[in-house]
Amino acid sequence: MNGRFKPITAVAVVFFVVAALAPLFVASWATLFALILAKGIVVLGIVLLLQAGQVSFGHAMFFATGAYSAAFWGKYVGGGDILLYIVLGGISSTVIGLIVGMFVVRYREIFFGMLNLAFSMVLWSLLEKMFHYTNGADGIRVARPGLLGFSFTPETFQYVILYVALVVAIAAFCGVQRYLESPLGHMLRAIKSNETRLEYLGTSARHVLLVGYVISAFLGGVGGALVSIIQQIATPEFGFWTKSGEFVFIAILGGGAHAFGAFAGAAMFETVRFYAAAHLADSWQLILGVVLIVIILYAPNGLIGLRQRDDRSKQGGH
Amino acid sequence: MNTTLATLAVLDGISYAALVFLVSVGLSLIFGVLRVVNVAHGSLYAFGAYLAATLSLAVAPISPWLTYPALIVASIAIGVICGGFIERFLLRPLYGRDDVLQLLITFAAFMIMDNLQRLIWGVQPIFAAEPLKLLPNISVFGVAYTSYQVILLPLVALLTLLGLRYFLRRTLAGAVILAVTEDREASTAIGIDAKKVYFVTFVIGASFAALGGALASPTTSLVPGMGADMIVLSFAVAATAGLGQIEGTALTALMIGLTRAFIIYIQPEFEVLVPYLLMVLVLLVRPFGLFGAVQVRKI
Repeated sequence: MNGRFKPITAVAVVFFVVAALAPLFVASWATLFALILAKGIVVLGIVLLLQAGQVSFGHAMFFATGAYSAAFWGKYVGGGDILLYIVLGGISSTVIGLIVGMFVVRYREIFFGMLNLAFSMVLWSLLEKMFHYTNGADGIRVARPGLLGFSFTPETFQYVILYVALVVAIAAFCGVQRYLESPLGHMLRAIKSNETRLEYLGTSARHVLLVGYVISAFLGGVGGALVSIIQQIATPEFGFWTKSGEFVFIAILGGGAHAFGAFAGAAMFETVRFYAAAHLADSWQLILGVVLIVIILYAPNGLIGLRQRDDRSKQGGH
Repeated sequence: MNTTLATLAVLDGISYAALVFLVSVGLSLIFGVLRVVNVAHGSLYAFGAYLAATLSLAVAPISPWLTYPALIVASIAIGVICGGFIERFLLRPLYGRDDVLQLLITFAAFMIMDNLQRLIWGVQPIFAAEPLKLLPNISVFGVAYTSYQVILLPLVALLTLLGLRYFLRRTLAGAVILAVTEDREASTAIGIDAKKVYFVTFVIGASFAALGGALASPTTSLVPGMGADMIVLSFAVAATAGLGQIEGTALTALMIGLTRAFIIYIQPEFEVLVPYLLMVLVLLVRPFGLFGAVQVRKI
């Protein structure tokens, strides 16, 4: 079991090193990599739920919760700090994740996805329509926060946020890895393979899924807070269903079998978008759609599955 | 709220419900038979609307009455071409594979169609109100309303409902579709071509989405993003009713249409919230929907 994941852990290390060093040479990559890492953290939550065989089509709600926690603090309290925003985003999404989670973990598959979607659309319409508090569709600007009392120029700031995102991403990646290897993580996987047997072992599948769900909500909130800081704005679009679809897309693109799939997918997605938006501004979405179709039809285990395919089929895989 | 406003709200609600029903029933039918949530459904709606508007703007100078056939032609063309393409080339290779992949590939189709729509028709709003203006206004309890919206649209919706019921319950083709829904393997064993059934069902469902769009096009301005809004709305209706429930979809569409219309006059900012809030409340209590039942016949 452990041996199988070694090469991919090496790839993950290489990826994080590249993310740390490459932007030092090309300045425009700083924001790109920061976005990749932040989105990767969110998608890590989706990958986590994929281990249990469940797909949330409403995870944008936690992403938006994280982003708006930062935005509200900046708007109503002021004097923000990057770490404060991340902690706020994490806490608020954990709380919402716990509340929503208590309802959704009772359902599986299409019903699980549907209920998540319904909750996220409720949040989206509130963000869109409570104009007085949220500025409606225009969203709330997130002023550039400091870090531990220091403030930065825009040039330095893009590197500061990059390295903060990198540290958080590595922590999240290792944390999720540890979680999936723990007894609780193995039970989460058992929900996908055979939930009834899990129950026979005397474990509550709902409880196991709830823990996984809350962790993935937490990751969504942290990623959302980071993205709102990077893009300096939080809009209702962050909570729209297309955003949720995008996260699932990235998870499948990277491959749902391993935590690193989240970052591999995010890197591919954001890079295609970054360059396609620059050169083919009108059709980047079309290009991404075609990429997705090709991946689904010809490499359904995602980018990381390309080299894992043989191992998996020997195991009788998923 | 006085009687005039209440009448207005009821009429708004009915005409809105008729359009939403057409789109939702297509979604529900596709799910009932193929077990696929078609995320591109909203895009089929938008394409139907745009093509209908383009065609009716083109034929209106010849004779304004030609705009009606133009609406029909547009919806069938979109249903057959786009719907057929999605089923044949995107979904068919994935039958029997992970459900997530089927859902995601229609999401990919949504992304592509959303983009194509902007490339073909641009981002400026398009108006083509010709069919709406042709029919006279009528007065209901002293409230003037277009007969296109309060008579034609509900009539089409009702005909669709009855037609679909008749088709599924009284014709051989309908019986074949039901058989495949019930037990794909057994029906294949007795010589039914399940692939063809899936294809035909998807095209019919897609045509309903496009028809909804085509009929909506005279009543509203066409803007980018209309497809993304419609798919969640129609999904909310179909899921609240119970996926695969045709009559239930009609009742739910009416319920949501009326509630929404009243909310618009009472508390307009909560208009978009209504369908989703209803969906959450219903699904929490009845995850299979209002009219859905656990493991019984789905259509």
